[in-house]
Amino acid sequence: MIPGAFEYVRPGTVEEAVAALVEHGDDAKLIAGGHSLLPLMKLRLAMPAVLVDISRIPDLSYVRVEGDEVAIGAGTRHFELEKDDVARAEVPILPYAASQVGDPQVRHRGTLGGTVAHSDPASDLPTALLALGGSVVVQGPGGRRSIPMTEFWLGFYETALAEDEVVVEVRVPRTGSAGWAYEKFTRRANDWPIVAVAAVEGRVALANMAGAVVRATATEEALARGASIAEAAGLADEGTSPSSDMHADPEYRRHLARLLTRRALEKASGAGAAAA
Amino acid sequence: MSILGTRVVRTEDPLFLTRGATYTDDLVDDRLTGALHVTFVRSQVAHGRLLSVDTSAAREAPGVVAVYTAEDCADLAPIPAGLPMVPPAMQRPWLAQGKVRFVGDIVAVVLTEERYQGEDAAELVSVDIDPLPAVVTTADAAAGEVLLFEDAGTNVMATFGEPAPADFFSGCEVVVEQRMVNQRVAPVPLETRAAAAAWGDDGRVTIWCTNQGAQQAKGEIAGWLGMDPARVHLITPDVGGGFGAKIGADPEYAFTAWLAQRAGRPVRWTENRSENLVGMLHGRGQDQTVRIGGRRDGTIEAYSIAVDQDGGAYPRVGIILPTLTMLMAAATYAFPKVHAHGRALATNTTSIGAYRGAGRPEATAAVERAIDLFAAEIGMDPAEVRRKNLVPSFSEPHTTPSGATYDSGEYTAALEKALEAAGYDELRAEQARRRERGEARQLGIGLSTYVEITGADTGLGSAESAELEVHADGTATVLTGTSPHGQGHATAWAMLASDQTGIPVEKITVLHGDTDRIPRGGGTMGSRSLQQGGAAVHQAAVELVALAKQRAAERLEVDAADLELDLAGAGLAVRGTPGAGVTLAELAADEPLLVQTRFEAAAPTFPFGAHVAVVEVDVESGKAELQRLVAVDDAGTIVNPLLAEGQRHGGYAQGVAQALLEEVLYDADGNPQTSTLADYPFVSATELPSFELVDMATPTPINPLGAKGIGEAGTIGSTPAVHNAVIDAVAHLGVRHIDMPTTPMKVWRAIQQAQQGGSNA
Ligand SMILES: Cc1cc2nc3c(=O)[nH]c(=O)nc-3n(C[C@H](O)[C@H](O)[C@H](O)COP(=O)(O)OP(=O)(O)OC[C@H]3O[C@@H](n4cnc5c(N)ncnc54)[C@H](O)[C@@H]3O)c2cc1C
Repeated sequence: MIPGAFEYVRPGTVEEAVAALVEHGDDAKLIAGGHSLLPLMKLRLAMPAVLVDISRIPDLSYVRVEGDEVAIGAGTRHFELEKDDVARAEVPILPYAASQVGDPQVRHRGTLGGTVAHSDPASDLPTALLALGGSVVVQGPGGRRSIPMTEFWLGFYETALAEDEVVVEVRVPRTGSAGWAYEKFTRRANDWPIVAVAAVEGRVALANMAGAVVRATATEEALARGASIAEAAGLADEGTSPSSDMHADPEYRRHLARLLTRRALEKASGAGAAAA
Repeated sequence: MSILGTRVVRTEDPLFLTRGATYTDDLVDDRLTGALHVTFVRSQVAHGRLLSVDTSAAREAPGVVAVYTAEDCADLAPIPAGLPMVPPAMQRPWLAQGKVRFVGDIVAVVLTEERYQGEDAAELVSVDIDPLPAVVTTADAAAGEVLLFEDAGTNVMATFGEPAPADFFSGCEVVVEQRMVNQRVAPVPLETRAAAAAWGDDGRVTIWCTNQGAQQAKGEIAGWLGMDPARVHLITPDVGGGFGAKIGADPEYAFTAWLAQRAGRPVRWTENRSENLVGMLHGRGQDQTVRIGGRRDGTIEAYSIAVDQDGGAYPRVGIILPTLTMLMAAATYAFPKVHAHGRALATNTTSIGAYRGAGRPEATAAVERAIDLFAAEIGMDPAEVRRKNLVPSFSEPHTTPSGATYDSGEYTAALEKALEAAGYDELRAEQARRRERGEARQLGIGLSTYVEITGADTGLGSAESAELEVHADGTATVLTGTSPHGQGHATAWAMLASDQTGIPVEKITVLHGDTDRIPRGGGTMGSRSLQQGGAAVHQAAVELVALAKQRAAERLEVDAADLELDLAGAGLAVRGTPGAGVTLAELAADEPLLVQTRFEAAAPTFPFGAHVAVVEVDVESGKAELQRLVAVDDAGTIVNPLLAEGQRHGGYAQGVAQALLEEVLYDADGNPQTSTLADYPFVSATELPSFELVDMATPTPINPLGAKGIGEAGTIGSTPAVHNAVIDAVAHLGVRHIDMPTTPMKVWRAIQQAQQGGSNA
């Protein structure tokens, strides 16, 4: 449980971080909170030769309203997001999802940029973000670009991010008092979700039902054409490809996706923001 | 008023909670200066022919001082099983030879200057293994198609007894049979295994290791290394939990002594968590078949249990667990006929050892499920079936058909207390309401009654040593052969010495775990410590006061009969002459005031109790959540309620965890699936309610303290109560049985199957 040897650099700006990625190419890995990367390194499942530590780059941690959107800095810790008043008022599903991540230590270390870039299909915040829509702002050698949320997560540990790009910000539409719900199913309070469902304004996203977080398209379409919650929720697992592990086999995961979607939609439509 | 029975706050905690304890890995000791670090290279294959181990690249890696393989330890005789019933061919080589038998089997050892270099170098050792089919379950092992030890000709490590005669249940109106799994769990002490060794110029080796009994570990290590035990000095520094898995020496510990000699330098080893989860002993691991028969009026006439114990790859103490399960098969019940038999089988998995309760929780889990199955079959309330069959109150020894002789028991009283505290009737009414309304969250109420054996003689005797010395400055030192690793002996033993001598608790130091200073000791296991080690300290204090009386009589030139103990002044006073007397400290200034004693327990004791668990099961998802645990645990006289409650709380947590969460899993090829704490669902406070403790204390006549063991009882009682509660919550949906752990998927699937009209069991 000791990582392999690595070099360590600590850039002071995003530009310097990008430059370090360009310089070291494949060998380099960004590290932010380290709470996904370090466990992999300790098990020697990841052995980057150079660690580029972006956790002390100033001004990457913020939540602010910009027009119709809320902009959140990539360096924002889960705990900061959980407690942020602007986020609670404007996109309440996000601070709630943040509060469901791991345990307090994890929430104090892990960052939004890290969980977004890591693309674990079971991660909480990406699931909520995918239901919200919006975009991920990334910065590379050529400057910044914006990737729609629906095009960002491609598969297990796989995103639309280029090797020399850094996630700098996440932008989501303000949902205010619109109904929402986040249903996370675990065996223990501090676990990763076996399945989770985020629902907001008729959009539904699923955690751990495929290689990456995915939208429950069939459910969304059914809702759009006026189907009942029960009927729409019954389609939640359509098109998914859930994996099998010791907690759940695919059949059970599909059942959970349908059940949690029903519960999430009921909550979102009924109690609205009160679900928090 | 005696200090005994009061809530003295743990004297060890200020240090543990501020500076922290000194665990083996924390040791700073001159003798360990320049120590090399040990890294074991372990097999990643569960079963296979070991074709070659190439260490050439590793030898060249930075910081590497030596790399050893099986050829290098040709001078070491294989580690004997230590248990007479095990075929000799099943002994463990120090390093895998010819074959590997589990993921974690040691194939090479690396010595490096720094610890991290060891992990780097270990990756460079190339191990060529030709895989064989893995034996993962006891059923595979019993089939015997693939053998772990070809020379033994069998996978059976030990056989205990014969199956029940065919007519054992004849005449019973109702007979219920169930196969059930008492799953393998990982003990997960917070302190993983660690050891260090250094040789002195005098030809003696000092070994430090984290263990539950220094003296036993020393004897084993000396034996394995073929050394005169007098040349081994073993020290257990502070120990961060053991739960049974640190009973006895591990090969790795003995290895450090051999490596230090071979390398000519001290060595140290600390395993990481993943290594711990595959390398340290696991617990439980029984496949059981129970049959229970009786009349429709609720009278049970016969009960039988057959145990297939998973022994793991190499025999350790786990293979005798069936004997304890068999001994306790009759449990709290007055069944006229009880039959038990078992065997232990070799599988390509981590060896099984003792885990909190060791064989007794397995007995209780089986019989308590059996009672519920019988109750369900005849349509009677499970509390009523228990009432009808419990052994009536007894204060004279009671011998069961499974061969145990219980000291005293009030099983019905314990059950009634638990039912009353839980509000059993209201709970059943609430359950009926929820069933009526078809709610998603259904209520389950689970019961257990238990009796267990503590302070049992498992071959090391039932005696414990104690030494008490009073010093001239008024302080005192207790040396004990028990081996605290979280229980609070420093507090309780000081209380026992204080109670007799008047020396304040804070002036009494309790020392343990150093074989040079304390050559004899049985360690801490099997809930023996208070009733044997504590009784020895009590006896030492009584003897010390008697000795002091003689000395005081001489010094004061009075008749010893005229002296009385002055507890407030920690001395002896002349009766009727105020001011005349002498303190123990003053006597110690004249000449050492010290006694060494040994307490021999006449018999084991049998704590008992009853638990009621209340769970909510979300029948749509299958998830069970524990809402309440009401527990009556009678461990005789309580010396310190705070410590006893701590033992109960910890026991419940681990017992609940077995019912709901924890299980060590392997895939079909014998690869561990739970080798990190991300995968092994270790219980945490968030999954547990505040426990509801009900007091009951029936003193035992077996020792002068009246105390029985409390270390394991919580685990034993809670597992079946919670397990029964989960099944009870979904019983109205047609579910009859669900194996532990009752994971959401298993519960959901059981409901699905029952609803489709199939049998889920
Ligand atoms: C015990 C434990 C429990 C957990 N439980 C949960 C849980 O319940 N739910 C959940 O969702 N998560 C959970 N996590 C993961 C946690 O949320 C992580 O913090 C998060 O996934 C990663 O954030 P980080 O800042 O720590 O990223 P790091 O570990 O630092 O990095 C992760 C990956 O992202 C890359 N990266 C980091 N920042 C950026 C960036 N700005 N731009 C581009 N790439 C970047 C890194 O190169 C790396 O590949 C848990 C983690 C632990 C250790």
